[in-house]
Amino acid sequence: MTAFRSAKGGRIDRARTLRFRFDGAAYEGLAGDTLASALLANGVHLVGRSFKYHRPRGIVTAGSEEPNALVTVRRDAARETPNLRATQVELYEGLEAYSQNRWPSLRFDLGRANDLLSPLFPVGFYYKTFMWPRAAWAALYEPLIRAAAGLGRAPTLPDPDRYAQCYAHCDVLVVGSGPAGLAAALTAADGGARVILCDEQPELGGSLLADPHSRIDGVAACDWLERTISALAQNPRVRLLPRTTAFGYFPHNAIGLNERLTDHLAEPQPGQLRERLWQVRAREVVLATGAIEQPLVFPGNDRPGIMLAGAVQTYLQRYGVRAGTRAVVVTAADGAYRAALDLQAAGVPIAAIADLRATSPGALPEAARRAGIETLTSMSVLGTRGSQRVSGIELMTADDRGRTGRRTLRCDLVLMSGGYTPSVHLFSQSRGKLQWSDAARAFVPASSAERERSAGACRGVYGLAATLADGAAAGAAAAKAAGHGAVAHHLEVTGDDAGADGSAPALPQASAGAGPKAFVDWQNDVTANDLELAAREGFRSIEHIKRYTTVGMATDQGKTSNLNALGIAAGRLGKLIPEVGLTTFRMPYTPVTFGSFAGVARGDLFDPVRTTPMHEWAEAANAVFEDVGLWKRARYFPRAGEDMHAAIARECLAVRSACGIFDASTLGKIAVVGPDAAEFLNRLYINNWSSLAVGRARYGILLRDDGFIYDDGVVARTAPDRFHVTTTTGGAARVLAMMEDYRQTEWPELEVWLTSTTEQWAVIAVQGPLARKVLEPLVAGIDISHAALPHMAVAHGSLCGMPMMLFRVSFSGELGYEINVPADCGRAAWEAIHAAGIAHGITPYGTETMHVLRAEKGYVIVGQDTDGTATPDDAGLAWAIGRNKPDFVGKRSLERAAMKDPHRKQLVGLRTRDPRTVLEEGAQLVETAGQQPPMKPLGHITSSYFSAALGHSIALAMVAGGRARQGQTLFVPMPAGEIAVEVTSPVFYDPQGTRLNV
Amino acid sequence: MLLIHCPYCGERPEIEFSYGGQAHRARPARPAELSDDEWAAYLYLRDNPRGLHAERWRHVRGCGRFFNALRDTITDRFAGTYKTGESAP
Repeated sequence: MTAFRSAKGGRIDRARTLRFRFDGAAYEGLAGDTLASALLANGVHLVGRSFKYHRPRGIVTAGSEEPNALVTVRRDAARETPNLRATQVELYEGLEAYSQNRWPSLRFDLGRANDLLSPLFPVGFYYKTFMWPRAAWAALYEPLIRAAAGLGRAPTLPDPDRYAQCYAHCDVLVVGSGPAGLAAALTAADGGARVILCDEQPELGGSLLADPHSRIDGVAACDWLERTISALAQNPRVRLLPRTTAFGYFPHNAIGLNERLTDHLAEPQPGQLRERLWQVRAREVVLATGAIEQPLVFPGNDRPGIMLAGAVQTYLQRYGVRAGTRAVVVTAADGAYRAALDLQAAGVPIAAIADLRATSPGALPEAARRAGIETLTSMSVLGTRGSQRVSGIELMTADDRGRTGRRTLRCDLVLMSGGYTPSVHLFSQSRGKLQWSDAARAFVPASSAERERSAGACRGVYGLAATLADGAAAGAAAAKAAGHGAVAHHLEVTGDDAGADGSAPALPQASAGAGPKAFVDWQNDVTANDLELAAREGFRSIEHIKRYTTVGMATDQGKTSNLNALGIAAGRLGKLIPEVGLTTFRMPYTPVTFGSFAGVARGDLFDPVRTTPMHEWAEAANAVFEDVGLWKRARYFPRAGEDMHAAIARECLAVRSACGIFDASTLGKIAVVGPDAAEFLNRLYINNWSSLAVGRARYGILLRDDGFIYDDGVVARTAPDRFHVTTTTGGAARVLAMMEDYRQTEWPELEVWLTSTTEQWAVIAVQGPLARKVLEPLVAGIDISHAALPHMAVAHGSLCGMPMMLFRVSFSGELGYEINVPADCGRAAWEAIHAAGIAHGITPYGTETMHVLRAEKGYVIVGQDTDGTATPDDAGLAWAIGRNKPDFVGKRSLERAAMKDPHRKQLVGLRTRDPRTVLEEGAQLVETAGQQPPMKPLGHITSSYFSAALGHSIALAMVAGGRARQGQTLFVPMPAGEIAVEVTSPVFYDPQGTRLNV
Repeated sequence: MLLIHCPYCGERPEIEFSYGGQAHRARPARPAELSDDEWAAYLYLRDNPRGLHAERWRHVRGCGRFFNALRDTITDRFAGTYKTGESAP
């Protein structure tokens, strides 16, 4: 047992010693300790270096509001968690923790030079100092600043732990298990409500865990706590979630909870769940999130050993730790006197209590005076002493007649208290309205935006009896609102003397100047001077002051700094605090791991994967796949020794000279069925469908009502009332959604039904001059001769006994068929065709070859050659427009003058002078050679390939007034020099289309 | 996450729905008769009220039906939902 451990009391297990290491040094703590309490029990206060100035910093708080004591906890190279608050890290046997933001060591940190040079780093210094030369920002300044300022480092190895996510519903969610939360949960559960009670701490109980004085219902507070938790735990309607932070409050009472399951264990089981993300939907919410003690702003207030009074009290009463050997208390509130009395009773001498207020008439100050503690009023702090630990404090005294003097007190512990301010983070996130309360001297919840109520200290209700009563009332009201009966029972409280304490958003105790720094935001190293400077430089809005100084923007979200910053800003601007207003509270309340948000959505489960019935065949055939939306599509089929270009050239030539086989199953397919099916498509697509005969197909184009191309695809009429609509692979879902929108909301009078059949059909494209020879022996029930089944004809039959819908279509410019069979038959049909085709040189090809073949023919791909601003005419597709239709979606927009402008970008082909030069897709085109930036681009390249069939490169481009420029030379400026190109027709191969009609 | 009452299925979480923009904007019966300005107004101009807004939603990952809702754009509270073709409550 160390000298800093008290003789008795607390909730630690004095029989169970735990060994741990901090920065490599070995220490011992007790079961029930946090890393912070164990370090303090070993006399260790220095735990980190500050963000900007690298000043030595110690533990300030005992909870999640801790701004300083951020540590890295390491289990192994992959399990290294940075930026954990030592006040929340539960001690376990063998725990290994490290301080952050120091080099080479915590005690000797070279970054400390920043502090000595701090006149060079005023607020906003990086905006002011690092302006020139401009290139140096990214190359030099930013990396340097990031290396010097900062927090811990994230591990570089993949996270090996498991994380889960789950949903839960309840009648009443209670956030916070202090006295108000417990009373609320108990009351609501007694009334029959289903209750979830969560708390960020490992033990439920909140302030009751460190209260040896109070008695509730005739028993000690800790006994009442045990009884209450046991009653709640046995209630089947109640779920208790300790180690669970409510980090975000989302609309309609959806609350995000982060439950930590293994971080406190010495040896988690392999595969054990580390964290669980709860998405709770609650009928009613009770926020019982308590209040946060506010520090005082005085020069040198950041030395290790200067702590919040309530934290010192918690370390003493809950963890049995005396945080020092001789203490001075600086306070603007009565609560700190309780800590002083308890500390003195535990054997720590109190040098003095320096009260900033003019008088201290309360019962606790009276008790302190009776206990022989020197209590001083109207005090201010001039500074503190010590290097890596506070060694003294210098006070300015004032007597009745206003004469001032100086007094220095020796100490190794300073307790400070600016009073408490309600923790309204979740309430504010829920968009509830806050209001300044003069009585509580704080912002308190005024009106709720959700079915929510705050109870206890988080709405400025202090004192155990009042808090319990407030919690019980909130629990009863919540249960009733959720449809249950509940009665708030009165709980008798004695021995509680903490009293009601609001905060006094503290003003700095020394005039601003070049003197010692008075910190407002410990974590972001923002001082009172910085805020004064911001106000002097003309910042008026608290939101602007926050962004300029970064006050309240650290991972602690200003839990201990916002109110003081507000007080200083208000003073400087000559306004009242409520006039200045608060900055926005943002989620998360405390940081949440990425693992928790990712859950199981990583690796193979990151996104769904869609594969076609022929996927395994392609895998076995050594296909290289690419992602198209969620689909895996075979991109090319390299043979031994082939690179991508060689494989594609071979595949292209095979289709042009013999026959290729291609998996087109991913095409979107929609069955449009009903007596009004043709009318429906007439109204939607630009084409005329009434004239399409059964057994024929047509290339359809769909616009949005703004006149721009939305999707395209072949549409076949398979019966008078039945159309088989195909869409692009990526467009299937949005085309169906658009169709449903018009069907349901614009034309509900049409009798037509829409069904997605994308996954019902496997589609095999067989393309090439020998395609008919390959298929002939396999097909039954259809005459596939050119005369009987010409280009754009459709027929039903069978293939090797499998039912088949056969399309005579081509996206390659060659004789082509698309065989549609039920998805289950896809693999068998593919294998049968492939086997029959081997004698004819059939070659499997992938999407890359498909792209080259279609580009040789000038066929556009919607989304590649068009970009949402292309009309049918821009893309050279005006011929498809049904001329005699009175209307279709997009028609009116095409009549606008701007849509007929001859200078609009139009689809053209491009040829390079050097046939081997393949242009870069996305590159810009300019009219004249030798241009310097800023250039005036005429358009850009949308598709570019090397055509093995033609023996030269080809490209498609959208060019202003492009069709009138055929024969012109344009230029493509590139980093390595400009490339001259000739504008051509977009159809490079077989412009007469003779190969289609054979 | 919003909780949305589908008039056909009941209360469901927001992720089951897609948003469909302002409600009660019928596509003109004869667009050809509209001036460019009138057509542009139909295409591009939408209300952006602070307060109650009649808007379309689709229960796309449920029954697939479009319906209308009255939502308060300040609080995200729904005053009610109703079927396409019905007038706002």
